[in-house]
Parts: sequence; structure tokens; C-alpha cells
Amino acid sequence: MAALACSLCLPAHAADTSIAQQLSHWSTQAGQPGNAQRGQAFFNNRHGGEWSCSSCHGTPPTGAGRHASTGKAIDPLAPGANPRTFTDSARVEKWFRRNCKDVLARECSPAEKADVLAYLASLKPPF
Amino acid sequence: MNALLPRTLLAASLALGAMLPALADGGRAMPRSVPPAYTQECASCHVAYSPSMLPARSWQRVMSGLERHYGTDASLDAATLQQLSTWLQSYAGTYKRVAEEPPQDRITRSAWFERKHRKVEPAVWQLPSVKSAANCATCHTGAEQGRFSDDDLRMPAGLSARQRQAWAD
Repeated sequence: MAALACSLCLPAHAADTSIAQQLSHWSTQAGQPGNAQRGQAFFNNRHGGEWSCSSCHGTPPTGAGRHASTGKAIDPLAPGANPRTFTDSARVEKWFRRNCKDVLARECSPAEKADVLAYLASLKPPF
Repeated sequence: MNALLPRTLLAASLALGAMLPALADGGRAMPRSVPPAYTQECASCHVAYSPSMLPARSWQRVMSGLERHYGTDASLDAATLQQLSTWLQSYAGTYKRVAEEPPQDRITRSAWFERKHRKVEPAVWQLPSVKSAANCATCHTGAEQGRFSDDDLRMPAGLSARQRQAWAD
């Protein structure tokens, strides 16, 4: 019960990172800078499966998305439309892990993550 | 004596409060205390289903297979998994109607769910505005708060004239 009560006090977002930091992190790991054009193609590609990233996040992901199977509304993914995205590194890791497995049936490489982030960072208002 | 009275009243109101969800909505209401992780982790993709909609054994299977969660990866870190499993187990459905484990541990395959929705034509579930029987909130405007009363219903977009007529039945 004490553990439950304590977890209720934790902030929902740690705000320990930004899209620029994440982009630089994965670009370093990949040994090449993220490329927005490659990221856009990757984001919209189904990779031989049923879904692309855009199936849930929309094309382009600057407005509210919709979960491809449940229909639940999803907050906009592009930081230009939603400043809360990519501000919590644990959350970023978790959703890349889950969603890459859903779309590609494997985890994404640092180069792929850097490309997608370069694409998302390039989406700026007005949309 | 005066000091005892408020305590007695408090005990009585707590007992009543514990009974209220069962009385109000057949025991399917959301518990008052919902871990933020439940909203963050589970309700990102679907409605925050009330724990009482599935029996404990179904929740146990759901939570032990989150890597393959109805076609998606919904895996959690160990601490969050433990916290949410404990919460779901303690509020799982126990009353007669929910005690039965539905096929594939799907709420939408429960006998009570199918009976409640027997007048909904299969085509209605396929509407773009609905997409899935799991998308409770399209029609049940109080779904996120665990309210499923007929008074909180809204017609989904795209119903035919005949389907709209049947809605009133």
C-alpha cells in the first residue's frame, strides 16, 4: 500500500531529455547524422507487415493520431505540434521498443531512430 | 460518546461507499484509486478498462503475456508490471457474471458483453467511427470513468437510418 501511495506522487513526465538530445544520442551511436528524408520514408513504410508508424500516428504526424486496432485517440507525435513528446528518455525508449516490434517485428537500429527523429524535428508549424 | 459518533458514521459511509459501485453499475465501475501507470501504460492504446470487467485468472494471463498483447507489444518494466498486476488482481471481477473467463481473455467475448450488445449489428462494429468492439468510448461517453449507463450513450457517426431507429429500442 505504501508503494502504491508513493507511486501516486511521482510526476508523469521526468522531462530529462529533448528531441535534439535524443537525435544527437542516436546519431552518435549510428556514426552518421539522422536524415529527415530517410526518416519520412521509414515512417510511412509498412516494412512488409500490416502497419506503418503512420497507421497510428497519421501522415504527417502533426495532428492527433488514432490507434489502428482500438481507435483510441493518440496525442500528436511531432514535437512542433506537441511539446511534451520526446521529453522523457525512459518513455522514448519504451515506445520505440514496443512500436518497432509492432511495425517491423524487431527493435529499431540507432540509425533508424535518428532518421525518424530528424524527420519529426523537421515538422514545424504552420502545418 | 460524542467522539465515537463521527467514527461510526465514517465506518458506515465507508461500508456504503464500498457497496455503491456494485449497486450503481453491476460492479463494473472503476475503482476510485487508479494508479497513474495504469492510465499511462494501458490507456495510451485503449480505454482504461475497469479491473472488474475480467476475472482474476484472465488478468493474470493478460499481464503475463504483454509482449504479445492482442497483436501488439505492450511490455512493461518489472516494477510497473508488478504494481499493475497487484492492483488488477485486487479489483478483478468476482461477482457471478464476470467470474467466467471469456475466450482469449477478451472483455468483448464475455457472455455479459455479448448479451448487452446483442442488438448491435456486426456492420456497426466495422464503422470507421467505431473500428472495434474494444473502442467503448465511441458510444459510451463515460467509459474512461467506468460509467456505462444507458444515459451516457452517444450514437456513433455513420449509422444507417434503420440502425439509428434500432438505437432507440
